[in-house]
Amino acid sequence: MRNSFVGAAVERREDLRFLRGRGEYVDDLAPRGLLHAVILRSAVAHGRLRAIDFSAALEIPGVHAVITAKDMPGGPPIIPMRLQPLPDFKPYEQPVIAADKVRYVGEPVAVVLADSPAIGEDALEAITVDIEALPAVTTRAAATKGDSLLFGPNSGNVALTFRAACGDAAAAFERAPYRRRESFRTQRHFGLTMEPRGLLAEWDAARGVLRVFGAAKVLFFNRRILAKQIGLPEEAIDMVENDVGGGFGARGEFYPEDFLIPFAARHIGRPVKWIEDRRENLMAMNHAREAEAEIEIACARDGTILGLRGHTYTDMGAYMRTNGAVGSRNVAQFMSGPYRIPNIDVDVTLFMTNKTPVGTYRGPGRFETDFFRERLFDMVAKDLGIDRVDFRRRNLVAESEMPYAIATINPFESKDQFDSGDYQITLDRCLTEFGWDEKSKLQGRLIDGRYHGIALGCFIEGGAAGPKESARLALNGDGSVTVYMGSSAVGQGVETVFAQIAADALEIPMDRIREVLHGSTAHVSDGYGAYHSRSVVMGGSALLDAAEKFRSAIRVAAANRLGCDAAAVKLGEETVSGPDGRSLKLAELAGISAEGAFLNKKHTYTYGAHAAHVTVDPKTGRVQVIDYVAVEDVGRIINPKTLKGQVIGSLVQGLGGAFMEHLVYDDQGQLLTGSLMDYLLPTASDFPNLRSVTLEMKPSPINPLGAKGAGEGGIIAAGGVMANAVANALASLGVEPRELPLSPPRVWALVNAAK
Amino acid sequence: MTTRFDVNGKPVEVTVEPRMTLADCLRHVLRLTGTHVGCEHGVCGACTVLVDGEAVRSCLMLAVQADGRQVTTVEGLSHDDDLTPLQKSFRKRHALQCGFCTPGMITTAHALLTEEPDCDADRVREVLSGNICRCTGYISIVEAVLDARSAYRKPGGGAA
Repeated sequence: MRNSFVGAAVERREDLRFLRGRGEYVDDLAPRGLLHAVILRSAVAHGRLRAIDFSAALEIPGVHAVITAKDMPGGPPIIPMRLQPLPDFKPYEQPVIAADKVRYVGEPVAVVLADSPAIGEDALEAITVDIEALPAVTTRAAATKGDSLLFGPNSGNVALTFRAACGDAAAAFERAPYRRRESFRTQRHFGLTMEPRGLLAEWDAARGVLRVFGAAKVLFFNRRILAKQIGLPEEAIDMVENDVGGGFGARGEFYPEDFLIPFAARHIGRPVKWIEDRRENLMAMNHAREAEAEIEIACARDGTILGLRGHTYTDMGAYMRTNGAVGSRNVAQFMSGPYRIPNIDVDVTLFMTNKTPVGTYRGPGRFETDFFRERLFDMVAKDLGIDRVDFRRRNLVAESEMPYAIATINPFESKDQFDSGDYQITLDRCLTEFGWDEKSKLQGRLIDGRYHGIALGCFIEGGAAGPKESARLALNGDGSVTVYMGSSAVGQGVETVFAQIAADALEIPMDRIREVLHGSTAHVSDGYGAYHSRSVVMGGSALLDAAEKFRSAIRVAAANRLGCDAAAVKLGEETVSGPDGRSLKLAELAGISAEGAFLNKKHTYTYGAHAAHVTVDPKTGRVQVIDYVAVEDVGRIINPKTLKGQVIGSLVQGLGGAFMEHLVYDDQGQLLTGSLMDYLLPTASDFPNLRSVTLEMKPSPINPLGAKGAGEGGIIAAGGVMANAVANALASLGVEPRELPLSPPRVWALVNAAK
Repeated sequence: MTTRFDVNGKPVEVTVEPRMTLADCLRHVLRLTGTHVGCEHGVCGACTVLVDGEAVRSCLMLAVQADGRQVTTVEGLSHDDDLTPLQKSFRKRHALQCGFCTPGMITTAHALLTEEPDCDADRVREVLSGNICRCTGYISIVEAVLDARSAYRKPGGGAA
């Protein structure tokens, strides 16, 4: 049977439980003897921790223990970086709990274990923390001035400067007939998940086994860290993935709580659960996106880009977290986007402040740097008198240049290249779908009190981070197959897409894939999880390898039973048969299992273009999106339904970043946006007019599926396209947005400043 | 305090602290974990349940306030054998990803369609704007709710 589940809009398996309230998220678990952890967090942004008095808390009935750094022999463990673990970052890594200093509002100071979260919160009120406040560092200027050092005299407030370079930028700028220098800024916001973080840990003292529920994203990596920190062999720790209410890069990294909760369970000898509340979530989950750019471009008079150089700066918050450097690295390395820029010299300086530490958020660094670049491009096209579509078209990397090497980043000597693509295709398709020529007639016009503007932008999206992924297939007693994956689910539908891939590879109906089990450390020997849009490419390719081995194993076992050559065994949907016509039911071979893997050091690059039409009300500063078209080529589509869901969903997150989401701090380092009344998220009435077109024109040559990582594309271009559309609408006033978000007050201020 | 109310058609009696929210009571006392808690300050809508047929944020209501009332959760709007027409529309339109906001979307949409089975897209958007979804971008949710309208119309047409 030849299947074609891959490519079909298969309805999701996950939905059957989610729609009926039968999902199982970590807070749904309630083992016997459960205690609840509540975390006391620093209310001071920067200070010396002198004393913690929790004697009154222990008097409260139902309070069982209060844990502080003093309970950890040898001091609190340090959380190591997962990605770009450079020695330069070591001094800035975070201890799991504050011992002598606090460095941001929200840093864990003590953990209360109580019979209920409510009693635990009562106990927080009874704890006295003596902190000697130090001057808070909240801006780049204060960080680089260095009057107040976060990490003492031996480590400055600047952790590192990465440099992305190719060609000879200095020479290119020297001979360039045209240059322009600009400054831009993106605001701090983050990958807020609807389900706050949570963990449940159980210590089985008799067996010496620690079980951690609520683990997500990179379970095997987190197990390695935890094993080392808590002094157990890795095999003594089970990390269990439950249903996960959204990831977006932020959830599932190793946070302080990922040590504190297992430690607490072992300490007290009872199961301990911690569920983050929303206020905690806003101050404790990784922040992202706070970046500034001072960049310069050099062009020939015909619009050919000759060079790009400059400095960028990223606010890392108080510590270097597990994947904290990724966004910064990407700001520099991917500033050129899908364009051919032969000479690049862009650096990025990572500085520390007394704010929540940062990590990745979907499209890390790319959202920021695409805003910088696409904004600059529209200014340049106007200067040179070149149509902005033509300017981009002239500079897009051509298919004939693939694989195309981009700027190398140092330190790390990280080289990268685009795998495949014809970037003109998605640009053309986007303009056609959008109706660019027709809508161009509206640009800048004032109709019924609103200015109309249109804009476009092109982007690339990286995917398929290596080095490896694992998959295992097992034949069940009823002849059905169970799929075990090292990839993790964060809500993106991996159970369905892996069932599609497995059914096609095994040439069986999809309902014979009984279950797709993923993430948890018990399922496969090793797993690398869900980040950098890697699950389909890495996990899917590992699954193809496992399927091949699984079919071979069935042939060999059947050949033994049928007394024939393995190569002569024919595999059917429910039976296997030999050349003499004798056959066996697959169920008779139950127990056969095969593990596969996929190794890969290269990245896939999805690419595309966005175009949008907005109106701006100059009296209120309100921007409305009238039409938005997102086109991308993902190489090979596994499930068009889930892919479209990823594109539109990430696009709306991008529009949230363009217009509303903003984590605001005051000069004392206090977070001013500590609730969803203050931290604004897009709602159902904000962006009703969005369209997406997904193509599979140019498969990736670096994996057997031909697939490319997808799901971040929607977010990456959104900031730049929206800012350019607003600039285009307000061109008659000379408004040039250089900063996000384009909130009504900011747009209103730009309009009024221009008048 | 002891309080009595109906949950999904069955009478329950619980003894809870006066400060316990209805959401926590449903989830942790009655173990109906389909109702989710996303913000505990009435903004995200994940905890929406029906109280006497009206969509209510169970994180902003105390359990003791439910005394004598009819409470319906997502479990009460579901069947073992098959999805309901509203749930089928959600699945067909891919109106959910991580599933965390979904129970609140289902209860909110059910309340809307029961009252206004002929509502238009703008009305659906207006009502759903009190429920935050971080995954889908909402377009598919609005389509799913519009698709499900026919199942809520009384035979012979007209609003219920």
